[in-house]
Amino acid sequence: MSDQTSQPAKAAETDKGYWAANVRIIIVSLIIWAIVSFGFGILLRPVLSGISVGGTDLGFWFAQQGSILVFLALIFFYAWRMNKLDREYGVDEE
Amino acid sequence: MDQYTLNLLFVGATFALYIGIAIWARAGSTSEFYAASRGVHPVTNGMATAADWMSAASFISMAGLIAFGGYGASSFLMGWTGGYVLLALLLAPYLRKFGKFTVPEFIGDRFYSPTARMVAVVCLIVASVTYVIGQMTGVGVAFSRFLEVSNTTGLLIGAGVVFMYAVLGGMKGITYTQVAQYCVLITAYTIPAVFISLQLTGNPIPGLGLFGDHVSGEPLLARLDQVVTDLGFAQYTAQDGTPSSVINMTLFTFSLMIGTAGLPHVIIRFFTVPKVADARWSAGWALVFIALLYLTAPAVGAMARLNLVDTVYPNGTAEAPIDYEARPDWMKNWEVTGLLKFEDKNGDGKIQWYNDGSDAFAATAAERGWQGSELTVNRDILVLANPEIARLPGWVIALVAAGGLAAALSTAAGLLLAISGAVSHDLIKGQINPNISEKGELLAARIAMAVAIAVATYLGLNPPGFAAQTVALAFGLAAASIFPALMMGIFSKRINNHGAVAGMLAGLIFTLVYIFMHKGWFFIPGTNQFPDTISGSLLGIQSTAIGSIGAIINFATAYFVSNATADTPEEIKELVESVRVPRGAAAAAADH
Repeated sequence: MSDQTSQPAKAAETDKGYWAANVRIIIVSLIIWAIVSFGFGILLRPVLSGISVGGTDLGFWFAQQGSILVFLALIFFYAWRMNKLDREYGVDEE
Repeated sequence: MDQYTLNLLFVGATFALYIGIAIWARAGSTSEFYAASRGVHPVTNGMATAADWMSAASFISMAGLIAFGGYGASSFLMGWTGGYVLLALLLAPYLRKFGKFTVPEFIGDRFYSPTARMVAVVCLIVASVTYVIGQMTGVGVAFSRFLEVSNTTGLLIGAGVVFMYAVLGGMKGITYTQVAQYCVLITAYTIPAVFISLQLTGNPIPGLGLFGDHVSGEPLLARLDQVVTDLGFAQYTAQDGTPSSVINMTLFTFSLMIGTAGLPHVIIRFFTVPKVADARWSAGWALVFIALLYLTAPAVGAMARLNLVDTVYPNGTAEAPIDYEARPDWMKNWEVTGLLKFEDKNGDGKIQWYNDGSDAFAATAAERGWQGSELTVNRDILVLANPEIARLPGWVIALVAAGGLAAALSTAAGLLLAISGAVSHDLIKGQINPNISEKGELLAARIAMAVAIAVATYLGLNPPGFAAQTVALAFGLAAASIFPALMMGIFSKRINNHGAVAGMLAGLIFTLVYIFMHKGWFFIPGTNQFPDTISGSLLGIQSTAIGSIGAIINFATAYFVSNATADTPEEIKELVESVRVPRGAAAAAADH
């Protein structure tokens, strides 16, 4: 770390990097979010109709069970990942 | 002990519990009234959020809509859970960092404009009051059944109880009462579902039973598809593949999702956790507790539909239905409320129940001497009637009545708190009289609650749809007005005061006018210009799905207006930057 860089400027740099990393995680998570609900559950259901699940097809399962389970996994993943990212960038509250 | 006494006993006992907790934790200062001193653990907060969230629409109404809508009603399931992903990723942690009490306060500060704050108050009130109308519909159904009175009387009694209940405690009281309410409502929802799943599939987990085999050996859903198509109804699991239907389902699901993330009574929950990290966990825990009900609901719907067909056609759909005189007790009980009706159109004394709107089935019906479907079942009664239909013991029926009321009450209380907070804190203290005493602020909050209940009860007498559909309209309004403003406030530094105000107004007015044109102006029946069907509507989009378009209009308007007007000031850019990092959240909270 060079002494030329002032403290606040360094903090601003860190915050920028932190925010960019956060936005990347959000985008990936939201793509998965959209694929399981709007994709598998609605728009892509005809494509998945060949895969049968308990008297119906995979799209129906995603619409009424699967998407909810994926949403749960996504939120817990995000919370875990971000709390880790907070510490990596030293922006956590401890 | 007869069913009536049993119902009163269960409902009375759970009420005593909630009121006891509310008195024990009575709110003292105004800060406690709104935000419970920021001392709530994420798991506790998640459970309370779940109770707050799962209203009469989720508990009483949703499974009934799934039972009759089949796959098409999946929007409710995906929409009302998927919104939590948006809430957890896009809003909750940042709003917690910002550290204010109410949603309009954030909008007012971020867009450095009292006008923006006032517009947010209006959006919040419009969405919340519409939501309370839906709750009142559900409360009316629940009270009319367990007190064995007409639907209207049930609604009026329910309104009185909600008012008494909501003015008693603030958020603190509500947080712990809501934990109790969650426990009551989830037990009440899952116990009958487990029993019915065991009866029909032998699997104790309803969500697995739904995709399992029926006791007859064939898959449950295949059997259900068969019996409903035998009666001329649409196949339960089938997707209406026409482009307009697929577009409507997508837009409707999207509207419910962003509405979820924009509803103030849910967002306000995330102000009450100690840290930003906890706000992220809280959203996850909330969805865990919500998912317990939402993974069960599709099984409840499908199994109730199957049981209903089997009740009316005990010897199979190819044979004659039951005699009216031989109808089970639960039908008699629900006839009292006026929510289940029988009309012997062909005078043979039997209950013919089929799809008389299907042209393809008309020939079969004529051949069997049927002159129209003779049974009308209000979809909102299905969950409450479910244990009776499945012939479960009396205490289960009483438990479900108590659970339904817990769901309706907890949400109504949370919404009324958000409305009263907006009026007393944002409107009166923030604008009209900044020097108002704490006592005066609390009084104003309670008057606002009373007015909101009166309006919702009046409109609830002629609701614009089943409970869950009315609530869906509220989500559309929140989706079009509040969510875009919050999201842009955090993710863009460029959106300025003019952009936000113009965006919120454009989104709200467009959505509200479109809903009124299809549902009736101010929900007064008969004043609509267009029928509320996909083909008859103005833009080929049903009123419940229009919130998505409203949100897009909001985003676009805000973007263009902001770019055409002066940039946001430096201190607002700094504010946005500080909201984006968790560091210093405790200090931000201590300032207020």
